[in-house]
Amino acid sequence: MSMEAQQPIAPAATEPAGGSSWWLASLRRLRREPLGMAGLCFIGLLVLVAALAPWIAPYDPAVQNLGNALQRPDWIHLAGTDEVGRDIFSRLVWGTRITLQIVVTVTLIIGPVGLLIGVVAGYCGGRVDAVLMRATDIVLSFPSLVLALAFAAALGAGLGTAIVAISLTSWPSIARLARAETLVVRQAEYIAAARLYGASHLRLIGLYVMPMCIPSVIVRLTLSMAGVILTAAGLGFLGLGAQPPAPEWGAMISSGRKVMLDAWWVSVMPGLAILATSLAFNLLGDALRDVLDPRHAR
Amino acid sequence: MTRDLPLKLLRRLLGLLLSLFVLLCLTFVIGRLMPTDPVGAIVGELADPAAYAAMRAKMGLDLPIPQQFWVYVTNLLHGDLGTAVLTGNSVASDLAAAFPATLELATLAIILSVAVGVPLGLLAALYRDTLLDQIARVLSLLGHSLPVFWFGMVGLIVFYAGLQWIGGPGRIDVFYEGIVEPRTGSILIDSLLAGENEIFWNALGHLILPACILAYASMAYIVRMTRSFTLEQLGQDYIIAARAKGLRLPAVVLGHILPNIAVQLVTILAISYGHMLEGAVLVEIVFSWPGVGQYMTNALMIGDMNAILACTLLIGLIFMILNALADAAYLALDPRTRDAR
Repeated sequence: MSMEAQQPIAPAATEPAGGSSWWLASLRRLRREPLGMAGLCFIGLLVLVAALAPWIAPYDPAVQNLGNALQRPDWIHLAGTDEVGRDIFSRLVWGTRITLQIVVTVTLIIGPVGLLIGVVAGYCGGRVDAVLMRATDIVLSFPSLVLALAFAAALGAGLGTAIVAISLTSWPSIARLARAETLVVRQAEYIAAARLYGASHLRLIGLYVMPMCIPSVIVRLTLSMAGVILTAAGLGFLGLGAQPPAPEWGAMISSGRKVMLDAWWVSVMPGLAILATSLAFNLLGDALRDVLDPRHAR
Repeated sequence: MTRDLPLKLLRRLLGLLLSLFVLLCLTFVIGRLMPTDPVGAIVGELADPAAYAAMRAKMGLDLPIPQQFWVYVTNLLHGDLGTAVLTGNSVASDLAAAFPATLELATLAIILSVAVGVPLGLLAALYRDTLLDQIARVLSLLGHSLPVFWFGMVGLIVFYAGLQWIGGPGRIDVFYEGIVEPRTGSILIDSLLAGENEIFWNALGHLILPACILAYASMAYIVRMTRSFTLEQLGQDYIIAARAKGLRLPAVVLGHILPNIAVQLVTILAISYGHMLEGAVLVEIVFSWPGVGQYMTNALMIGDMNAILACTLLIGLIFMILNALADAAYLALDPRTRDAR
């Protein structure tokens, strides 16, 4: 969405991108970005919570207890209980698994797909480029949430459908970026040298061009995840994501809507979790952009 | 250079048409993907095969796929979007009734987000790295991270249930409904035309919160972009020259910076307006706003594919046309873009 992030990050003249020392240097620079580090730590914390959910959650996330419904947040129920007496904090803890599952799967789909389409378009140029970029532009001009809604409605509601629907509409920004990056890299002398040595196109694309595009693709992916989390929550809110009784955060907000004027915590708590997670990805993405692109002025 | 401008605009137009064609194909395919049997839904599971086949033929589902697509497109071009299961009316007339509500909401929201976002972005760039810039940055980051439907609910809890400053869900209080003759479709304008001040204020009380909520996400984007456009200009020699000859900052901003970023801003505006129609889908549910978004979600709940696809087409069409207009405006109004491409 953001146009400024579409700028290619040209590899620094002295250090080649992708080398192990380059990654270490980048990590060291990231440590000087407090907000970015905060985002990274929060995401790390989420991974930990997701992994240790059975030990962290004080209650079973699915067990209903109608006698204990709509309890205010206190020390027994940190985030209160919902309309059927389930502990909201425990549900939030288990919900991190769903959120991370969405983030990881969408990343694994749109990262490689976007990278491949972008690099091939940029490397081949000509007609291949024209066709691939036309397709990218078309998908980019679609309203993604509405299209995801239509897909989810047709394929049947569920977590898998939501992931497919989100992926289908979010690869183009990665592809555009990878292409822009490839156009810069293609001109580099080391590519010409490798070609003179007789490297095949496949080898050139896979070993010489693609690695140079990875840093900016990672930045873009991180920033995209902030939006992906919001879209996923929106689909869940509409009942098109993970199905009840799964503790999906968007669906939890939706069930809290019925009681929102009497029991604000049922809907407010999951929203805070979504906000914090999305914010963490935005902060990390912003910081990574500054770190991986020395020219980027803030 | 100016001679090939019409050619480039024509290519943009062809691109738009191609995109629309793909959108049509997509909605057609999605319509065929659905898990339920559309014929069975009408005649019932226990219908005898002859009645089933007759209904199937009546719905055109026995034709070859390309021909079905052709029928689908010609029907669309005649304004026939099918019949909605929920209301029993034609989808087209349902949408015509719902669309003004969405338009009123999105339009007020875009006005608000520009009125706040552009000045804030300018100031953030002019006073870079000051407290003001930091505040703008935090506001914009939050706007990019908030789930808009949740924000709307929090707004209702605080301002409607708690402080009671605003009207609740819906466009207007029930006892005011149907008094004002709908002329433009916008309750605000209609009530002013009819001289019903009381209704105007009541409607505004209902509209203001959803509009603000919807405006916030776009404002975040507009602030960010205005700031980066302005920073780009501030680094240019002509600004230094203008400052050096003694021009004051407000004069530089109004006379030099704004005209130079105006075209870029228009582009951002068109994109934001498109996104608002999308955001409206979620906001309308929270505020029981009788617009296209709520219509679409109601259709989703009962799996009414005609209505869902019509809404997808409507929003997609507006979204794409806005995008193409922004692109064309950029090309036509900003000579700098012509050399670059």
